[in-house]
Amino acid sequence: MSAVISKPEGLLYDGADWDYDKIKRVYDAIDHIAIKEMGLNVYPNQIEVITAEQMLDAYSSIGMPLMYKHWSFGKHFARDEMMYRKGFRGLAYEIVINSSPCISYIMEENTMTMQTLVIAHAAFGHNHFFKNNQLFLQWTDAEGILDYLEFAKAYIAQCEERYGYAAVERVLDAAHALMNQGVHKYPKKRALDLRLEQKRERERQQYQDETFNDLWRTVPKPAPGQKPPRSVSERKKLLGLPEENLLYFLEKKAPRLEHWQREILRIVRHVSQYFYPQKQTKLMNEGCATFVHYHIMNRLHQTGRISDGAMLEFLHSHTSVVFQPEFDDQRFSGINPYALGFAMMQDISRIAENPTEEDRYWFPDLAGSGDGLEAVRHAWANYRDESFVLQYLSPHMIRKHKLFSVRDDAEDPYLLVEHIHNERGYRNVRKLLARQYDLGYLEPDIQIVDVDLAGDRKLILQHRVTNGVLLDENDAKAVLRHIANLWGYEVQLVEVSATSEAVLKEHAVAAPSGSVA
Amino acid sequence: MMNIIDRRLNPQGKSLANRQRFLRRAKEQVVKAVRDASGKRGIQDIENGEKVTISTGGVREPSFHRSGSGGVRDYVVPGNKEYVEGDTIARPEQQGGGRGNEGSADGEGEDDFRFVLSREEFLDIFLEDLELPDLVKQKVKQSESYSVTRAGYSVTGSPANLNLVRTMRNSLSRRIALKRPKPAEMEEMERLLAEAEARGEDLERLQEMREQLERFHMRSKRIPFIDPIDVRYNRFETVPKPIAQAVMFCLMDVSGSMTEHMKDLAKRFFMLLYLFLKRRYRSVDIVFIRHTHEAKEVDEETFFYSTETGGTVVSTALEEMQRVVQERYPESEWNIYAAQASDGDNMSSDNARSAALLRDVIVPMCQYFAYIEVAAEHNMGLSALGRETELWRTYKTVQSPELPLAMRRVRSRREIFPVFRDLFAREKAGA
Repeated sequence: MSAVISKPEGLLYDGADWDYDKIKRVYDAIDHIAIKEMGLNVYPNQIEVITAEQMLDAYSSIGMPLMYKHWSFGKHFARDEMMYRKGFRGLAYEIVINSSPCISYIMEENTMTMQTLVIAHAAFGHNHFFKNNQLFLQWTDAEGILDYLEFAKAYIAQCEERYGYAAVERVLDAAHALMNQGVHKYPKKRALDLRLEQKRERERQQYQDETFNDLWRTVPKPAPGQKPPRSVSERKKLLGLPEENLLYFLEKKAPRLEHWQREILRIVRHVSQYFYPQKQTKLMNEGCATFVHYHIMNRLHQTGRISDGAMLEFLHSHTSVVFQPEFDDQRFSGINPYALGFAMMQDISRIAENPTEEDRYWFPDLAGSGDGLEAVRHAWANYRDESFVLQYLSPHMIRKHKLFSVRDDAEDPYLLVEHIHNERGYRNVRKLLARQYDLGYLEPDIQIVDVDLAGDRKLILQHRVTNGVLLDENDAKAVLRHIANLWGYEVQLVEVSATSEAVLKEHAVAAPSGSVA
Repeated sequence: MMNIIDRRLNPQGKSLANRQRFLRRAKEQVVKAVRDASGKRGIQDIENGEKVTISTGGVREPSFHRSGSGGVRDYVVPGNKEYVEGDTIARPEQQGGGRGNEGSADGEGEDDFRFVLSREEFLDIFLEDLELPDLVKQKVKQSESYSVTRAGYSVTGSPANLNLVRTMRNSLSRRIALKRPKPAEMEEMERLLAEAEARGEDLERLQEMREQLERFHMRSKRIPFIDPIDVRYNRFETVPKPIAQAVMFCLMDVSGSMTEHMKDLAKRFFMLLYLFLKRRYRSVDIVFIRHTHEAKEVDEETFFYSTETGGTVVSTALEEMQRVVQERYPESEWNIYAAQASDGDNMSSDNARSAALLRDVIVPMCQYFAYIEVAAEHNMGLSALGRETELWRTYKTVQSPELPLAMRRVRSRREIFPVFRDLFAREKAGA
């Protein structure tokens, strides 16, 4: 650690109550540790104090400060409120938004120690992750998101006024159903700017001028009106098929949509795209924030800036956050991203600073590189959950959590323990765990493969089935109905096995009666 | 680098619009849930909010996701204690998504969706279900507000209510009208006189000035600065308050011929009456009297849910009501409302006695007596033919324009309201 123990300057605060001065002092102290000692790089911070009800509000509109209106948000609010009122569930201590300035919400009920924790966790941990992780850099526009949402909200409100609630709601319902299939998973070509475009155009013109040959004029042309029938592959190419971004395809190609309906699809698509990196980095994001707050709180305590009582309060809530119940525990509900993320970050730091013989064998580059913070910062910047686990999950971690893999084959009467935490199992457990974080694997692979343009304009989708797990039938039917509403004609979904190309199941929904709007 | 903003005072209820959209979306199910709930809850609880459970049918958010069963899946889970490779584990009971992060998409596997309706929303839907006109809904829902209101000014009152502005304005205009010299004018006069005396002005002129000053003094003494006729007080008017308590008698025939449907209709009617009275009176007592061939005061639970066999003698219920009123609810202190629900049966020999009781005792002491005759939903044919029941015929003889007696036949929920319209019409006429 490159830290220099600074001179104790006395406690930053005392007791449970918070006020703005204390928050300011604490923020400055944390800022010092985070930037100077840990080398974090963050967006400017904006901390907003809110009430429990506002927190519920924020929950229901997927954490964004502004959102267009839709009944599903009301539904989530009703459910969350009920859970909260009945005490089934506490509220999160904070919500943080990937924007610039980075907005963190803190609740008025929190004690001063909790506010300190939240500032360290959200305003520095998450904030650093948002600003430095590759995925966020590539996919999201932190500066523009709030403005965009403002636009979206106003636009949809305007549509509701002009075309009626029901019409807008129908489009939004359909778009929401397709949200998960509304992202570009690979960066598409960058939009060219005007100057580059003009330059390209000039160059092409120049090339044509240079290679002009008058003889081409004499080559006989096919008689007009005798178009050769287009081949299937040509047609697909023209429509940009196959296309896995269903919302994008419908927005651009659905024949019967009005322009405002296309714009709404686009808005939902953008929102979905904005959250795509967050879905892929839950483990890392929480791991990063938890690691940062743990480090900062410890440093505050070491330098005598917070009292022992505050430290104990912090440790109490920290340990409950990183608690991982075991698989046979009543409370088990999957792997806790805070727990695994935090443990892995600490493990990376340990490997970099105090590697064992085993670590040197498994991580020759990382082991003993010296600076633990440098190592985790590198990980934060360059990985997503899947690749992070694949790269960094050490045998030590597998043993510590006693991870094991179970195979559930519907055709067998029992579950099979395949790999456990031993020499033979490490690589496989790691691979399987990484796959649990791979969105490309988790979400069904659904693509639009063809449109019968010559016939009845039937839209054909394909689900490539892996491991024989089909789609949930009721939901698939419902979503297809939504697609049919947007597309305006018949829609068919074929589930084919990814390995044998055999058709496993077909769903079809007839064209909606009447017009789309 | 850091901004801190206090958002706590921002407008609340940002999600209200979303909630309305949600309720509109789930309308059918919510109405059904409210209908069930109001059937179950006590009359006096009708005002509270309600936790309703609706099926997720209409408010499901479908998405493409893999089904919870079939195929081959791998899970990695923590906490291995005893397993080695190749061990087999008995398949747990339909645990679905519990084992990994596949399976149920968002932890919302259950079919039912529960949430809480606020009091306003519950009432809204309850009243809407009865198909009340908006105006009436407004009336029933309006919350009570009693206050003393300002009503102009008066010339008498307590000093605490003195209106200074009005008083001084009157005083000023009176002083101007009567040409009372201003203090400044008098001082000026005195100064001029003193100067003239000092200069040794001629006597005649001095004398003139002295007289002038003397007149000023006299005038300002005769015309007071504030005269009792200037004084104004704020006047307050107390809005006449109704007698703040009412008692509501629910009379019902519980003999075997009353079906569940009929009882439900009766209950709806009682609820609505209760709601209505609750708006007008600070406290509303409810007395439940059920009768077969004999009547008894009972609690609500027994009233609606226990069955009793026996004949039907209506007058016993009226007598019981008379007894309760005499014992506990003197007419001078209570507004008495009564609602009777029956399927119209009565022992023939009892008709004359019932009519007499009703005409001479019961109706005169009531603000309003509503008789609703509930009928099974399907036997429209009979009623449409105009076959009048025993009790209906009997009560009809009592009915006259000056008696506050309303009679209605009710077959379905939506017919409950017209009985109320009578009630409101009376209110208006009386006001």
